[in-house]
Amino acid sequence: MGKKTPEINSSSTADIAFLLLCYFLMTTTMGSHTGLSRRLPPMPDPNQKAEDQKVNRRNLIVVKINSQDRLMAGNEALDVSMLKERTKIFLSNPTDDPNLPDKEVKDIEGLGKRPVSKGVISLQNDRGTSYQAYIAVQNELVKAVNELRDEASMREFGKKFAQLDEDRQGIIKELVPQQISEAEPKDVGKRRR
Amino acid sequence: MSMFRKDGKKTMPGITSGSLSDIVFMLLFFFMVTTQMRDNEQKVMIRTPYASESVKLERKDLSSYINIGTPVRKLQAQYGTEPRIQLNDSFKSVDDIRDFIAAERESKSEQDRAFMTVCIKADRDVRMGIITDVKQELRRCSALKIMYSASKSE
Repeated sequence: MGKKTPEINSSSTADIAFLLLCYFLMTTTMGSHTGLSRRLPPMPDPNQKAEDQKVNRRNLIVVKINSQDRLMAGNEALDVSMLKERTKIFLSNPTDDPNLPDKEVKDIEGLGKRPVSKGVISLQNDRGTSYQAYIAVQNELVKAVNELRDEASMREFGKKFAQLDEDRQGIIKELVPQQISEAEPKDVGKRRR
Repeated sequence: MSMFRKDGKKTMPGITSGSLSDIVFMLLFFFMVTTQMRDNEQKVMIRTPYASESVKLERKDLSSYINIGTPVRKLQAQYGTEPRIQLNDSFKSVDDIRDFIAAERESKSEQDRAFMTVCIKADRDVRMGIITDVKQELRRCSALKIMYSASKSE
């Protein structure tokens, strides 16, 4: 071996890598996708009678949003900021008010017998409601349920809901179900799209 | 100030730039891992609404997107300023959602089809009428798992 092979000049690798980096910066997007998860009710069976789905009156709170984004919950006008407290009282029914939802004693695995609220929130909106108002109301309802779940898990396990493991989260979810139904659309008010 | 006087004899050793490429490659890998390919061109303007309780989408590969909003300024002359539905790469009507959902379902593997999530990305000023139509159509196609796209903070 008489001759030494000359070293390959590596100063341009940085440039090549920069080029690649710029390419990826241009063509990709940061993936941070968040939102509110929901389950739509299945299409009603046309043969099924409407009476089957009727829920007892005291177990139902109807939240309506009109085309001016005004809110009504259980026959009274409300502000969005008040909705969370109203929903919490409705779902938890701390004083066992006969006008507020009934509680059913359920045997929950890992906890024993516990009263579970039968309350259902029915959300109705107009075609003219703005999407922001709709999401704001959905958000308040979810927040109310989340806070009730936090309270329940503090009571049962001494921890916040988010810090529980998956099994225990399932138990709490059974104890405080999220019953938000998005009602069949109704066309009221002026049609504005 | 003899400290700063140039002697002319001594030369500063050059900074080795050999590790520069490693640093840039590291950056490159970071971006390759954290980002995803932009799959379609955005044709509608979407400013997502705020919701403090929003959660992360679990399986990004199992979600399909329905974009609703006013067309971008470039396309307004052609399509007007009324909110439109964008599926994949073009403007579609509510009736096309059925085909879109069927195609999306077909592209997912058999055991994952039940977990398919339809992500509704709508502008915050869109009226609920169009979204209700979309929701009803999704119910008819029995694509019941949906997600309202929203950002966590203002």
